[in-house]
Amino acid sequence: MTLFVQQLANGLALGGIYCLAAIGLTLVFGVLGFPNLAHGALYMLGAYLTFFFLTDVGMPYVVAILAAALVLAFLGVVLERLVFHPLRHSPHTHHMIATVGVMFFLIAVVQEVWGTGFLRMKSPVEGQLSVLGAQVSWQRIIIIFTAVVVMLLLTLFLKRSPHGQAIEAIEQDRTGAALVGINPSMVSMVTFAVSLALVAIAAGLVAPINLLSPGMGESLNLTVFAIIILGGLGSLPGAIIGGFTIAIAEVMAATYISVGAGEAAIFVILIAVLAIKPTGLFGTAAQR
Amino acid sequence: MMNRLNPRFLGVALIAIALLVAPFAFSGQQYLLRVVTTAAIYAIAAYGLNIILGLTGQLSLAHGAFFGVGAYVVGLLTTDYDWSFWAAFLVAIVATTVLGYVSGLIALRTQGAYFAIFTMALGFLIFIVVTRWESVTHAHSGVSGVKFPENIGPIDFTKPTTMYYFVLLFLAGAAYTTHALLRSSAGRSLVAIRTSEDLAKSIGVNVAVSKQLAFTASATIAGLAGGLFASLNGFIGPDSAGIDRTFEILLFLLIGGMGTVMGPIIGSLVVAFLFETLQDLETYRFIVLGPIIVLLVIFAPRGIVGYLNELVPARFKRRDTATLADPVATAASNTKKDEVL
Amino acid sequence: MLLQVRGLGKHFGGLDAVEDVDLDVPEGQITAIIGPNGAGKSTLFNLLAGFYRPTSGTVTFAGKDITGMKPHRTVREGIARTFQTTKLFDDSTVLDNVLAGCVVRSKSNALDAVFHTPRHRRDERVSKVKALEELEFVGAAHLRDRLASKLPQEAQKRVSMALALATEPRLLLLDEPAAGTTDEETEAFGELIRQIVARGITVCLVEHKMSMVMNVADQIVVLDHGQRIATGTPAEIKSNPLVIEAYLGANTDQAGTRS
Repeated sequence: MTLFVQQLANGLALGGIYCLAAIGLTLVFGVLGFPNLAHGALYMLGAYLTFFFLTDVGMPYVVAILAAALVLAFLGVVLERLVFHPLRHSPHTHHMIATVGVMFFLIAVVQEVWGTGFLRMKSPVEGQLSVLGAQVSWQRIIIIFTAVVVMLLLTLFLKRSPHGQAIEAIEQDRTGAALVGINPSMVSMVTFAVSLALVAIAAGLVAPINLLSPGMGESLNLTVFAIIILGGLGSLPGAIIGGFTIAIAEVMAATYISVGAGEAAIFVILIAVLAIKPTGLFGTAAQR
Repeated sequence: MMNRLNPRFLGVALIAIALLVAPFAFSGQQYLLRVVTTAAIYAIAAYGLNIILGLTGQLSLAHGAFFGVGAYVVGLLTTDYDWSFWAAFLVAIVATTVLGYVSGLIALRTQGAYFAIFTMALGFLIFIVVTRWESVTHAHSGVSGVKFPENIGPIDFTKPTTMYYFVLLFLAGAAYTTHALLRSSAGRSLVAIRTSEDLAKSIGVNVAVSKQLAFTASATIAGLAGGLFASLNGFIGPDSAGIDRTFEILLFLLIGGMGTVMGPIIGSLVVAFLFETLQDLETYRFIVLGPIIVLLVIFAPRGIVGYLNELVPARFKRRDTATLADPVATAASNTKKDEVL
Repeated sequence: MLLQVRGLGKHFGGLDAVEDVDLDVPEGQITAIIGPNGAGKSTLFNLLAGFYRPTSGTVTFAGKDITGMKPHRTVREGIARTFQTTKLFDDSTVLDNVLAGCVVRSKSNALDAVFHTPRHRRDERVSKVKALEELEFVGAAHLRDRLASKLPQEAQKRVSMALALATEPRLLLLDEPAAGTTDEETEAFGELIRQIVARGITVCLVEHKMSMVMNVADQIVVLDHGQRIATGTPAEIKSNPLVIEAYLGANTDQAGTRS
């Protein structure tokens, strides 16, 4: 039982991370119309930036994460303006190819600056809490708490603020939104910025738990894509439900079956969704 | 004969001649010959990618993985199991074809983003299998001692020149196949899909099956190239099957020109040449390549050949070539997501 | 009766875009589908062309049940369509575009192409002749080497018709062929449609421009709110009170509040 509670906590923490990463990705797809294949690499960059701000600059943990989020948000705006805006009339294949280019650039840069080896980020919060007999690390509790808070803030932003509402409007009907004066360019920039900020926060939160390496984004990439496909490309609730579902499935499979099964679970889910109902749980219904 | 003075024909002839006399031009510089042979092998792989991406417009991120499968099948069968190269090569081609066909069953149900994501997952899966299944694939130790093709009569494949012409044979085959496809109904169907799936459907193209066949063909060709690579190199490691390979082949195709007949060859040769002459940039290779891909896709999606095609006066233009769409023109007539209404 | 539609319906999560529609398209005639905005004409059109799958009802073509058949198969059966926003292969020449239309009837495959078999050569010859013929027919033969994207809209419409005709259809579905054309062009298209029928191809079109419809149609089917409210000759429809009310009613809807 204690094992179950322990792993449930792990699953929830992992779910929190996945959600934060997935929400940004699904938003970009809903607003800009293409999958950002560089998402995992940006997550990796977020982790390294947090490490940099925490270890080299000496900022407190929370400030380091926020700084990383800010840098990534700025990077998001730059990418949108310099890369995706010029491509707005091109087929989506070109957008995807561009994201592949960005991905390799980021991985190469990180390798150049920090080397190819593993880095360990010191956990700023030590200790554990006893929950129902299980030992849950404070870090994980912080993750769950932060993830929930951020998601609530995001929901508020999307529902209440004009920028957020603009994002929702564009997601639903790009032409219609433009007709009522919403600037798609501005929305694209904001969406990208928000997406990258979220992924940086996710990375910063999880960095003390896992080791950092230039390849850390690759497996997350796949997982996050599996999540948004399960939830439905462009659907926020889908990203959240998908995120927790896959996180818990992964943790439970890894605990009760094997580590390999945990990773395999992700592939199985992805392929199953694509084979059965590609639009996912909340995706817009197929046209036919 | 006006046709014979066609600039395109001249260009192709020039390249063909250059490739044929290369070994003699290098006279004894084994290293250079090896570089060109490797470039030629990658060019073959690029022809494969050209079919699914250049012609059909679907971004397959599993391409490097198929290349790796071909390489590993040849590598493992000729070393651990002591098969002959020829038998192993045949199995490699069959294996990648089957793999492409089976995964194509799911791929055919997807399009655009979903297809890219699916192939990304597939590529990742294959890479994991290669790096984890140590008992079979040697994981990170790699496979060494891969055989050269066994002699056919007096033909000795251990000689670099022979190996070069052997590869060239397949390269010519790949180029010719692309040329033949482009002027056939099958090729037109694929280009139709790339332009607009709805339009393709409306002229009777079975989009799903066509995509699957194109994907399978791309896998076969990648596997073939991989098999040749393993034999030429004598040694292969997991990065022969990784996303880096996909990226490189994509780069060659992009630079050369997606959807063209000469694009893959030109792209591979140009990049190989650049890498060689700018040796010191080796460490910064990937830092530079990423932005290059981005710039290419924004400013020159048609690549070198596409650009050259533009320069050819209309009277010389082949009526049935189809290079990648001018992005602005595409936007003008196509609605964004094939919205029927 | 070339095309027989019974009880056709399309349900889009909460909305019946098309409901219980019966339709007969006689062979060798021109049938026009009209109705106020939002009547379901486009939905019906897409249902006939196979781009939407009906949620109820049947579609029979030349005696064969083709209900729910996918578009590429209906093309094989002999139904071709054009698109409201003209779709062409922009990066190809006009000739290449129409050659693409010959794909469905081609008897050779990729292997034939690679090995340059006699079958492939014959196929290519036949296709080229057919493509040029269709271009000639629609009056666009002189544009054969032009890039499709660079053509004016009226020429693009002609080419897309040639493309559809190249698939050798028995039934041609035209989606608002006169949309965005001048009166002169509209007349010319009307004439072209008559010539298509003279070749033995049945035409069914969705159209807003009354001038073209009244001029060209042998039979008119009127839709309103997803249902068929009238069928008849142009004269009958013009004086049909239900039809008049539907159009008037639609005007009120748009000017005032939506009912």
